[in-house]
Amino acid sequence: MTALEFANKIKAKFGDLISEPTEFRGEISINLSDAEKIFDVCQFAKSIGLDYLVDICSVDDYGNDPRWTVVYHLRNIVNAVEIRVKTAVSEEKSELPSVLPVWRTANWHERETYDLMGIRFNGHPDLRRILMWEGYPYHPLRKDFPLAGKPTDLPEVAFTKVTPMEGGPFVTLPAKNDAIAREPRVRVPEGAEPGLSDKRLVKK
Amino acid sequence: MQAQSEYGYNSKIEGDVVLTTVDAALAWFRANSVWPMPMGLACCAIELMAVGASRFDISRFGSEVMRFSPRQSDCMIVAGTVTYKMASSVKRIYDQMAEPKWVIAMGACASTGGMYRSYATLQGVDNIVPVDVYVSGCPPRPEAVLDALMKIQAKIKKEPVLQDLLAAKLLNVPKS
Repeated sequence: MTALEFANKIKAKFGDLISEPTEFRGEISINLSDAEKIFDVCQFAKSIGLDYLVDICSVDDYGNDPRWTVVYHLRNIVNAVEIRVKTAVSEEKSELPSVLPVWRTANWHERETYDLMGIRFNGHPDLRRILMWEGYPYHPLRKDFPLAGKPTDLPEVAFTKVTPMEGGPFVTLPAKNDAIAREPRVRVPEGAEPGLSDKRLVKK
Repeated sequence: MQAQSEYGYNSKIEGDVVLTTVDAALAWFRANSVWPMPMGLACCAIELMAVGASRFDISRFGSEVMRFSPRQSDCMIVAGTVTYKMASSVKRIYDQMAEPKWVIAMGACASTGGMYRSYATLQGVDNIVPVDVYVSGCPPRPEAVLDALMKIQAKIKKEPVLQDLLAAKLLNVPKS
């Protein structure tokens, strides 16, 4: 069975909740319009043979609503095909059901997403931070968190300081140019402050 | 042994006698038995293993006794990226080492944070512990680590051991 057939099977089951499968560079994605249904979709996906949860990612579309997109990469090991299920979550809610009862491997993926992006997974039995320490007050992969970090201090546990960026971040260019042109340099987007990689973050 | 003989030149034992100061002798002992605490945190630790293995052979300098207990170590080799999460552990391990103690910051990350200019990485281990020798490289060649060790040895040999102990009142010398 191909990835498109898997996607169409899910669409046939859930109907309007699932978008038409889109293809980009040979990879199939579907969108789920209601994040509350992600558990049911994943349970069905596993029952039709998508037996391996490769990863759970999250995207911060800062400045737009809904802000978060949570992405599930599902794989069928026998046929070696993979599909992607995306679902949008609003910033006010920042919560969606855990798929841990379907794939146990979701445990750490969801903890990582919670730690670095601040999206909670309803029903997760142990939703602690996994990379940063308990008590760290921020979610560092959010777009409005500066690359250099923010100063924190938790006595006896850990501290952080603001990293000197020295005019950075230093960014390379895509590989089509020669080595001198794509060498890491300060490349501040037009209209952005130095030290910020995203011009949407500049306060007007 | 010739207990009754008088001190002076004796051709039979000449080759076995070394004249020196106590300070110099103690420093010489110290410098040639620096036991490292391998604080291997990232890829630099792999190079550190090469330093200990037969091709580069750190035991040529008396430092083959890698102790994984800070209580038995003299020189902490911080090999790798120190994250903020790890920083307090590194500091605690350094605090547990007995004096005298030295620190080598091995590689770009341990020295300055290296390429990790981010919220998660301590920008140089000298933010939390005093560093004696910094080694450049990403990772450094094993020879560079040996060079750092030799620099530590040169530093130790210059230290007035006995004077320091007396000044710190850690040693009592009976007045004659």
